[in-house]
Amino acid sequence: MKFRTIVLFCAAAFSSVAFAADGNAILNKDCVSCHNLKGPAPQTLKELWARKGPDLFFAGNKYREEWLESWLQKPQRIRPAGEFYGDHLKRGDKHDEVDAATLKDHATLSREDAAAVAAVLMQLKPKSDLIAKEKLEPGTISEFMGEMVFDKFLGCSACHRYEADEGGLSGPELYTVAKRLQPEYIASYIRSPQAWDPKIWMPNKHVSDANIQKLVYFFKALNEEHHDAK
Amino acid sequence: MPNKFLLALLTLAMMISLPVAAKETAADNYKTYCVQCHGMVGNGNGVNVRDMSVQPRDHTDAKSMSGRSDDNLFKVIKEGGPSIDKSILMPPWGDTLSDDEIKDMVQHLRMLCKCKFGS
Repeated sequence: MKFRTIVLFCAAAFSSVAFAADGNAILNKDCVSCHNLKGPAPQTLKELWARKGPDLFFAGNKYREEWLESWLQKPQRIRPAGEFYGDHLKRGDKHDEVDAATLKDHATLSREDAAAVAAVLMQLKPKSDLIAKEKLEPGTISEFMGEMVFDKFLGCSACHRYEADEGGLSGPELYTVAKRLQPEYIASYIRSPQAWDPKIWMPNKHVSDANIQKLVYFFKALNEEHHDAK
Repeated sequence: MPNKFLLALLTLAMMISLPVAAKETAADNYKTYCVQCHGMVGNGNGVNVRDMSVQPRDHTDAKSMSGRSDDNLFKVIKEGGPSIDKSILMPPWGDTLSDDEIKDMVQHLRMLCKCKFGS
């Protein structure tokens, strides 16, 4: 009995070590060519344009681990116009359009690899000071009122989709954002996109604390409506 | 004397190594921040416009652009549409662009519209 316990303990210890090592190995082999794992964020426009995927060096401050793990196994496009959006545009009859032929799909990971990568990414938390400044209260907002704030009062819909086919295309879609990102990160990023990514094409609109809170509630409401969004 | 020279040299070296945000060209800033709404050729037909309630300004329209002073253009870029009683959809870029970069952008807009204020 004792022997069996020791064997099980050793196996568990060994598998947890191997787990972390695999995640690091996958990141440094397969992910690093498109994702910045060490920082800093782009400091010039040339560096910004060269970025092919979101920076991951603060992934632990940003993502929800369960979403990361699930998304890596079945990746779906989050940024309708890719990154850098300006490299994926073409002239259309009425207005510029996304040149879908230039967009590349994200690699798909096995369940084991996705879990290992997500676990390692969640350890990357160099910006916890920014996260700690956000004090969110629990609460809700009706989708109608949330949309008023998001669309009419703040104009976020200019660049972001809040339904599968409603809103702008140069920013990431936001109808699944509550599932993807930690609420404090969402709040902090709205408060100052430049504090996270100095050259990003999202402006600081000086959104009030109250409206930041309402937007976080709105995203939660959207996510509940679009829980099965494909 | 050699000490003074050394001190001056050190001060100069420190000034050079201070992290100063590099100024970007107006064309590069336009491509990054303005094209998403104002379009690849600046005609107000960017990739985001389909669902907008207000059409972004056509920067190639000399008639409309000549009705705006340089100060007015500077203000709307820095502080956003509501600062000149225009749409909330035009955001403030004051935390993204320096005043120098915004001044350059105003001149870039004059180049796009091939116009001056009042002309």
